[in-house]
Amino acid sequence: MPVESIFHRLEALLPKVQKPIQYVGGELNSTVKDWDDADVRWALMYPDAYEVGLPNQGVAILYEILNELPATLAERTYAVWPDLEALMRAEGVPQFTVDAHRPVRAFDVFGVSFSTELGYTNMLTALDLAGIPMLAVERGDDDPIVLAGGHAAFNPEPIADFLDAAVLGDGEQIAIAITEVVREWKAEGRPGGRDELLMRLAESGGVYVPKFYDVDYHPDGRIKRVAPNRADVPWRVHKHTVMDLDEWPYPKKPLVPLAETVHERFSVEIFRGCTRGCRFCQAGMITRPVRERSITTIGAMVDNGIKESGFNEVGLLSLSSADHSEIADVAKGLADRYEGTNTSLSLPSTRVDAFNIDLANEFSRNGRRSGLTFAPEGGSERMRKVINKMVTEEDLIRTVTTAYSQGWRQVKLYFMCGLPTETDEDVLGIADLAKKVIKAGREITGSRDIRCTVSIGGFVPKPHTPFQWAGQADHETVDRRLKALRDSLRGDKEFGRAIGYRYHDGKPSIVEGLLSRGDRRVGAVIRAVWEDGGRFDGWSEHFSYQRWMAAAEKAGVDVDWYTTREREENEVLPWDHLDAGLDREWLWQDWQEAVSGGEVEDCRWTPCYDCGVCPTMGTEIQVGPTGRKLLPLTVV
Amino acid sequence: MQRLRVRYAKRGRLRFTSHRDISRAVERAVRRAGIPVAYSAGFSPHPKISYAGAAPTGVASEAEYLEIGVTTPCEPERIRGDLDGSLPPGLDVLDVVEAGPGGLAERLEASEWEVRLPGADRELAGVAVEKFLSAGAVEVERLTKKGPRRFDAREAVLRLAVSEGTGRTAAQVPGQSCVILRMVVRHMTPAVRPDDVLAGLRLVADFAPPVPPEVTRLAQGPLDVGTGALADPFDLDRETTRGGEAGPVGEHVAG
Repeated sequence: MPVESIFHRLEALLPKVQKPIQYVGGELNSTVKDWDDADVRWALMYPDAYEVGLPNQGVAILYEILNELPATLAERTYAVWPDLEALMRAEGVPQFTVDAHRPVRAFDVFGVSFSTELGYTNMLTALDLAGIPMLAVERGDDDPIVLAGGHAAFNPEPIADFLDAAVLGDGEQIAIAITEVVREWKAEGRPGGRDELLMRLAESGGVYVPKFYDVDYHPDGRIKRVAPNRADVPWRVHKHTVMDLDEWPYPKKPLVPLAETVHERFSVEIFRGCTRGCRFCQAGMITRPVRERSITTIGAMVDNGIKESGFNEVGLLSLSSADHSEIADVAKGLADRYEGTNTSLSLPSTRVDAFNIDLANEFSRNGRRSGLTFAPEGGSERMRKVINKMVTEEDLIRTVTTAYSQGWRQVKLYFMCGLPTETDEDVLGIADLAKKVIKAGREITGSRDIRCTVSIGGFVPKPHTPFQWAGQADHETVDRRLKALRDSLRGDKEFGRAIGYRYHDGKPSIVEGLLSRGDRRVGAVIRAVWEDGGRFDGWSEHFSYQRWMAAAEKAGVDVDWYTTREREENEVLPWDHLDAGLDREWLWQDWQEAVSGGEVEDCRWTPCYDCGVCPTMGTEIQVGPTGRKLLPLTVV
Repeated sequence: MQRLRVRYAKRGRLRFTSHRDISRAVERAVRRAGIPVAYSAGFSPHPKISYAGAAPTGVASEAEYLEIGVTTPCEPERIRGDLDGSLPPGLDVLDVVEAGPGGLAERLEASEWEVRLPGADRELAGVAVEKFLSAGAVEVERLTKKGPRRFDAREAVLRLAVSEGTGRTAAQVPGQSCVILRMVVRHMTPAVRPDDVLAGLRLVADFAPPVPPEVTRLAQGPLDVGTGALADPFDLDRETTRGGEAGPVGEHVAG
């Protein structure tokens, strides 16, 4: 059946919407393949606006890898803004891909990458606009397999009713494996229909198919048991881990958008995983172990990426980039290579204790000296011990004042509010810290022209972390502490004007908490919110707390029970059948240690403390140094 | 510092690029193509690329102009090829010359526009155009960033003609006919754009096209007030620099 582009129908709507360029595709390095030359076709979605979704590395990497496979095509789709959504509904234009403007429903797999739970309602919009039944059980053989990935997929239970399948962990290899399963099934003439395809995926143990698992509940609402309802479906589904990042040097052909996006740069992931052991950090827990990309591969990827894209900024990404074993050589090597070319380097996610000024100087050598950002997360030393982010006050002040003395004028500090065991004093400690930073900065520079910005948001306990059992702070408590902190900063005559303050109020965190640790019963809330017009929940101008609370009440879901309630050790958690490799006993012990103030070291530099990941997953830490250096590029 | 003047087109779906989108795309293309662009001095250096009167978002063009400063002399025809190859299809470089004396922006005295109106009434269009041309002034209102603004849309219009064609526009049913307006509009302050002229046609004869118009700028350049004809703004540069071969002149078909 020929599948036609819907572009001519979309084009007539574009003059009437904001920023139409985001819907037309045509990015440099994008790929359009002949529909009939492929027998497996993926539509990949990042469920947020184009400007956020396009720079997403996960989607970009899978797009490239899948399009490299023979007889396989992948196209991208993003959430459309409400102005276009209304016009598409009025004119009957379906959810489309931006590459060849093909209708999403025509694809074999509809893969949605969730970095955050706040994209759930946008997935429902896309399904609905695509004409794909919202509930998995209502889909037929002509509908694509709706597949979730990304960090939020480590607990996909709240959207289980809308998904056919989910994958946990690194997507590169499993996306290829799924493609081959689909290809084989189609080549055989689709035996057993959709059900058998899902069965084949589930049997492998690498793909979670929610409908093959039943959830039983205790009378008090807690989960009694999650069990497969078919033979041959494994009790637990495991995450995927790509070993040897040097073998996967993507993106090779970076997408260069015409529209403005949130990150205008070429990004290279310099390592994956983090074992610093911050207890609040889901990313650090579920991406273990650390796997570094070698300095030489990084150099080659940057060289190629700049040539292919024309970007003038390179971002070296990871969860804690200054922790790369050869970061100093990487920074110096790249700064040397791009001397005089107006190519700037950026290093997001830098730990205070791994930062040094030589590194920062290398990074700003060829470009703008942007602000520095650090994330102490907790305001007091006690608090930082609880979350296992051990940065001493001395360290922090020394690092920041050195930065001021080297010419930086602006430092941003990130914190969280509502952490387990937190008191008002812990949060007010942030004000003291900020004042000390400014005071020391003024002393060392002899200037009053220095600033620091405190940025703070509510903490949300996440699955697969030691805090998965914790009671989330209610939004009243969070807002009260945020206000007290604001008053303490603003009211200070000597330092107040040198300290900026940005905060997110506590209500969105409660909704995020509900979705993060929710179970299948929360799906009804998501659906009701969507039906009530809920869209783009990650955007404060679209998010409505009232809408979520009204929907929860309608669905009979007690939001407090899911958020502020502390769980007991042996309560079955909604994601216990999904295996991130972390030993549950270790997580519990670490949670107990958190409360009693015990710390955990980083296993890259100290002996293994048995978090469980490497033996369970058959993986190992891969770090340098390799001892190699980046050589100057020969100019062609 | 050598300055190169570039004529480029924005075609098809890339007509939805805004001016900012284009300037980002050009900066990146210049880097990809390895053109030795000059940078401004200072804390945050910017490439020396300047633009003359960009067509609005949603409007296609066969005649957009920009100027690039380069640090080492470049062969215009080579730059044309390299820059075109580095821009996405739909942003197409048509002509490059080495800048002669005088500014480019001053030479762009008027624009010729084509406005396609699928499904519009041919007869009513004719009536509206006649009424518009015979009016002394047609006050229209446009919403600007500073609020609504009223101005005359008539004086700037030097030529305005109606014809008909089979369309190739977005909103058009194949085979359906399409009213085509061609106009030459002088650049004035405030600028009178094709949609202002359409607003004028609506005012004088209640002529309102059923779907959004598809607008293309066909040419910009020095104006012969007598005939309403536009000359190639690069003629002066070619006379003085011998730099570039004459590029494609005249009309281009939007793709």
